[in-house]
Amino acid sequence: MELLPNITINHYLLVSVALFSLGILGILLRRNAIIMFMCIELMLNAVNLMLVAFSKMWGQTDAQVFVFFIMVVAAAEVAVGLAILMMLYRNMNTTSTDVLDKLKW
Amino acid sequence: MLTEYAFWFLSFVAFFSAAFMIITKNPVYSVLSLILTFFSIAGHYFLLNAQFLAAVHIIVYAGAIMVLFLYVIMMLNLNTLEEEKKSTWMKALSVVAGGILLFVLLGIVRRTDELTVIAAANGADCGLVENLGKALYRDFLIPFELASVLFLGAMVGAVYLSKKELV
Repeated sequence: MELLPNITINHYLLVSVALFSLGILGILLRRNAIIMFMCIELMLNAVNLMLVAFSKMWGQTDAQVFVFFIMVVAAAEVAVGLAILMMLYRNMNTTSTDVLDKLKW
Repeated sequence: MLTEYAFWFLSFVAFFSAAFMIITKNPVYSVLSLILTFFSIAGHYFLLNAQFLAAVHIIVYAGAIMVLFLYVIMMLNLNTLEEEKKSTWMKALSVVAGGILLFVLLGIVRRTDELTVIAAANGADCGLVENLGKALYRDFLIPFELASVLFLGAMVGAVYLSKKELV
């Protein structure tokens, strides 16, 4: 079926998968904790886009409510996470995960 | 078709600004390009007729979350951070791992072509505020209230963590 003229669900899956992989790539490549945090947000948004596309495909509101709750949890997560990062910076004077490796095995 | 061009335009903007977010060394540029990505995703929501989610997405992500990121980066003065030292060997390995994940996910997406034959459902306007509000306040009332409790907890936690006297 076509969600838009000439655009099927597969196009949206493609975009979503590309954005998700970019988020994973950013987490693997970068060492700045704030950038890694932003990559997590990017991955959440990729999944949100996929959920909205499926919601349009089935004509159901449930997936969009789910996306709404994902946004709520993401906002709470960012508030707490950035507070943790600020505390880390105040105590360790860095946000690089090369230095913050005390919990590493 | 206009919507088709809009779809491809928004997709390319989202992809390349997300790629720029990863590549650039300056965290402020990263935040700004991620805001561009979020705006193009909001455009996707508009195209999919999910108007409530598009508005909430712009308000929450571009308006609150990314401003918080920008604020923290500027307050900690992170844009003058030292160069991240990482060997090219590790970088190549990361790109290979990410590429393998992309390959696997693309393989999965390619196998979903039977999804395309599902008949069009009738809910073209399921993303409007009226229908979504009914679902949110009728079927999902308890999760909605629990979300407010979660916000309260997050707020208390953020304030507690930001206190100066903490270790």
